[in-house]
Amino acid sequence: MMSEIVHVVKVGIADMNVVKAPYVIRTCGLGSCVGVVVYDLAKEVAGMAHVMLPDSSLAKSEQMNVAKYADTAIEELIRRVIGSGGRNGHLKAKMAGGAQMFQFRTGTTDMMRIGPRNVEAVREQLQRFRIPIVAEDVGGSSGRTIEFHPKTGILLIRTVNQGVREM
Amino acid sequence: MSYFERMSAVHMDILKEIGNIGAGHAATALSQLLNKRIEMTIPDVRIISFDEMMDIVGGADNVVAAVFLRIEGDAPGNMFFVLSLEQAERFIRQMIGDEQFKLEQDCSELSLSALQELGNILAGSYLSSLSDFTNLNLYPSVPALSIDMIGAILSYGLIEMSRVGDHVIVVDTAIHEEHQPNDRVNGHFFLLPDPESFRIIFQSLGVEHDE
Repeated sequence: MMSEIVHVVKVGIADMNVVKAPYVIRTCGLGSCVGVVVYDLAKEVAGMAHVMLPDSSLAKSEQMNVAKYADTAIEELIRRVIGSGGRNGHLKAKMAGGAQMFQFRTGTTDMMRIGPRNVEAVREQLQRFRIPIVAEDVGGSSGRTIEFHPKTGILLIRTVNQGVREM
Repeated sequence: MSYFERMSAVHMDILKEIGNIGAGHAATALSQLLNKRIEMTIPDVRIISFDEMMDIVGGADNVVAAVFLRIEGDAPGNMFFVLSLEQAERFIRQMIGDEQFKLEQDCSELSLSALQELGNILAGSYLSSLSDFTNLNLYPSVPALSIDMIGAILSYGLIEMSRVGDHVIVVDTAIHEEHQPNDRVNGHFFLLPDPESFRIIFQSLGVEHDE
């Protein structure tokens, strides 16, 4: 178990949520997906999105899940965090994920490189809204479960081989 | 859900039969390889959300051993052979003939390549029977093995599907060894065709997707 706090709000795949302390927010099993947190420490409010794809232009359906794509998720996440008391100009971000779970010797298509592309897209979007990334743990080839504590601004990252780290 | 609304009961039955034939051959291959009786469930074909898919195998951060391969050819898609760690350990023990083997202590090249080869044989027999049944050309990529959180592994196979919607059509067949508790499923075959492949699979069997 990552913590003893029972107030955990979960974020599913291609999903987002906003919490205030004492609640913590968690998403499980990030592989090529990126978990991004936008928070205002003084206001103890944080939003987390579990981004699956880099750009909404990849979508082939009429219905739009904004949490799925980096370009739409970050914008909506910021809007919701501000809606819950976060202040423009005081927002910071942390992110984790974007691993390459499988290495293929042949036939590496663009879709196989989805992890690094997700990381790049999230970074671009945060830059667009001038939100500094104060910590990140991206790339590699391991799955990650992350948990953010709005009260302390600490992001816990658990991997199978390295246990839990704080950042 | 417009994409999924075109799926009728007939289509679901076809996918079920595909899972039945494929996993049936794979289970036979496994049984011959280990000289053991392997039992399998009737395939389950479901249209589910990404999170529900992770719940089939114990939630997104459950750690499993999984062999992944990309299906190329006429009807591209993804295939996963997912094992609980205990089951993976038992299979490796039987294959390398070392009853003391522990996955946590000894992730040697030999044991992992044994597991990868197991996945290769099983997925290969699944695919070749599927190919015979549909008369489609299907080629497996070289299989890749990963021991990690199931969410991190399976989400790879959801990428193509996620461009179409927030649901996935999964053909799931569970297997277990004889003499293991019956209520405990220890392995899953997941077949996840790319969105465009469904129409091709149905057509190959003389059924239209857009009727």
